[in-house]
Amino acid sequence: MGEMEELRKEADNLKDQITEARKVVQDTTLQEAVAGTTLVGRVQLKTRKTLRGHLAKIYAMHWGTDTNCSKLCVSASQDGKLIVWDTLTTNKVSAIPLKSSWVMTCAYAPSGNMVACGGLDNMCSIYNLKGKDGNVKVMRELAAHTGYLSCCRFLSDSEIITSSGDCTCVLWDIETGTEKTIFAGHLGDCMSLAVSPDFKMFISGACDFTAKLWDIREASCRQTFSGHESDINAIGFFPNGNAVITGSDDATCKLYDLRADQELITYQDSGIMCGVTSLAPSLSGRLLLAGYDDFNVNIWDMLKAERVGVLAGHDNRVSCIGVSSDGMACCTGSWDSFLKIWN
Amino acid sequence: MFTFPLATMYFYSLTDNAGVINMDELTDVDKAKMERDQKKIEVKLERWMTSKCCTEFMEAVQAGVEEDTLVKGIAEDKNPFKELKGGCVVC
Repeated sequence: MGEMEELRKEADNLKDQITEARKVVQDTTLQEAVAGTTLVGRVQLKTRKTLRGHLAKIYAMHWGTDTNCSKLCVSASQDGKLIVWDTLTTNKVSAIPLKSSWVMTCAYAPSGNMVACGGLDNMCSIYNLKGKDGNVKVMRELAAHTGYLSCCRFLSDSEIITSSGDCTCVLWDIETGTEKTIFAGHLGDCMSLAVSPDFKMFISGACDFTAKLWDIREASCRQTFSGHESDINAIGFFPNGNAVITGSDDATCKLYDLRADQELITYQDSGIMCGVTSLAPSLSGRLLLAGYDDFNVNIWDMLKAERVGVLAGHDNRVSCIGVSSDGMACCTGSWDSFLKIWN
Repeated sequence: MFTFPLATMYFYSLTDNAGVINMDELTDVDKAKMERDQKKIEVKLERWMTSKCCTEFMEAVQAGVEEDTLVKGIAEDKNPFKELKGGCVVC
């Protein structure tokens, strides 16, 4: 038997063992467990603010988390701008022109001191918002990926994690501009990443239809979750960090529990046939807000896996969604060039 | 002398001098080895019963739901995003 065949056989054998081990602990399904709970009431959110200013498709947005900027958010558009918004007043705090307009992701540092973005330039550019002369300037350009930058998330002012179309994720030292750790293992473009609430782990979703849980300091992949039938475009942690939510081109979202190492439930409806582009859980995790290619956001009761609301207000694909850190509002960004704040 | 975790050492060995990792340059055998090695790690995981996970999941949700604005709604006068009536916004 050739080396390839042997390796494949070994891997398949191990995968079968993993499938078995997962079945052994499956003594109930979430559907059964929640049979006695009531469906959450119909959720009707209103658009409270519309953020106008971008001149082209919006690809990403991210809320600030620090108490000084919990009502600030950053958005990235292929008009070649990053805009930092005060969502209460709709004022633009900063409008940052980008070297490359092909931006696909943006992130707000937890401290509020920096923002980052990247895209088809294969780089992650870090901008200092608190420069001495008040101007926002590029602080670092993190270059090493051989594919587009699909997502980035700060761990702190000195570290950031990126995911790329080159199938890897990278942990960077912002100060030196170098890679600390390369997380390889996905067999398809990495599309999205999310950092755990305790900052010790992160998850990535990819075009190989799997999601992977990575231990940042051990530099290893702990778990791999399958089940989706197409690319995973969006990923997020359940608020307490014990579960992972994914959104895919297969028109479903899934909830995977980290401790059971398996899917607990799928959020799907026969009437929904288009891909999920983005997702965010509400503060308690009771609701899952997911953006779809059909211009809508569907709101799901995460326990009962039923739709309890729709946000219809955009005239094109909803490309990004985020819930503020205090849970008070949700922000949607769209290819129609607008961001909307809902609650 | 730098010490890297073993996994990083393996992957750094796959990078060129500039530290670039190029998945295209990994042979099929490399990729198959990576997968096999990864599954060897994953098969050893200790897994919880789903009943325990479901119970904890439900409890976590119920615990936070009262403070969850998007679920409970918010009174107009307490909503920081309410429409600003009158006055003027200086940009």
